[in-house]
Amino acid sequence: MRRPRREFLKLVSLILAAELVPAGSALAEEWNKPAFAAKKLDDLYKALGANAPQQSDQVVLIGPEIAENGAVVPLELESKLPNTEMLAILIEKNPNPLAAVFTLPAGTLADIQTRVKMAETCNVYLLAKAGGKFYYAAKEIKVTLGGCGG
Amino acid sequence: MGNPMKIRTKLDGDVVLVRVLMSHVMETGLRKTPEGELIPAYFIQTVNVTYKDRTVLSAQWGPAISRNPYMSFKFRGAARGEKVKISWVDSKGDSRTDEATIE
Repeated sequence: MRRPRREFLKLVSLILAAELVPAGSALAEEWNKPAFAAKKLDDLYKALGANAPQQSDQVVLIGPEIAENGAVVPLELESKLPNTEMLAILIEKNPNPLAAVFTLPAGTLADIQTRVKMAETCNVYLLAKAGGKFYYAAKEIKVTLGGCGG
Repeated sequence: MGNPMKIRTKLDGDVVLVRVLMSHVMETGLRKTPEGELIPAYFIQTVNVTYKDRTVLSAQWGPAISRNPYMSFKFRGAARGEKVKISWVDSKGDSRTDEATIE
C-alpha cells in the first residue's frame, strides 16, 4: 500500500517542479484568449494583469510617423528598464487592440522588431513589465491605407 | 506544415541577433471574398525559441501580426556553431519547427 502513495507523491512533486520552472523550460506558453479578444484597453490591461501602467521614457517604441500601408507597419520595441520580462504591442483602434505579447527570459534583451497591421490612424502602445510593474510608451502612427479591410 | 522559415543569425560577442521570416497567411477573420463571404481567421498564435533546450523567447500573437511574419530579437550566452530552434503553432493547431546554426 505504501508504493502507490510514494508514486503519487513523486508525481505531485514532478508537477509542482514543472509549475515552478521559470521561463527557462522548453514548454510553450498558452495563448491568452481573453487578452486577444478584448476590445477595450481597460479590459485588455485586466486580462494581462497590468494594473495602472505608468508612462515611462525608459520604454521606447520606434515606428514610422506615417505608414502608407497599414498591412505592414514595422515596429521596434525596446525597454531600458532592468529585468524587463514582457513586452506587448497594443494598437488602440484595431478591432482587437492586442497584437503580440513577447515573454523575455533572463538573458534575452528587450529589443524586438516585428511588423503589424493597423486598421486606421491611432495610438500604438508598447507595454513593458519589469520588476512586477507595468510601464508603457505611446506613439501615434498615421495610416494612409488601412490593413484590415478587404 | 507551411514553408520553411528563413532564419538569419549574427553573433556579436556573446549576444546573437536572430532574424526570422515565417510563411503564413495571418488571416484576420475580417476580410471578405469578392463574393462577400468572410474569410475565417487563421493565424500563428504562439512562437517559441529555444537554445540548448532553454527557452530564449516565447511569444503570443494575434491576427494583427502582418502576413508572412517577421521578427528579430537578441539574447546573451550564445556561441558560434550552436543551434537556435524556432517553433510556431497556429490557430488550427498546425505547427512548424526550423533551426539554424549560429554564425
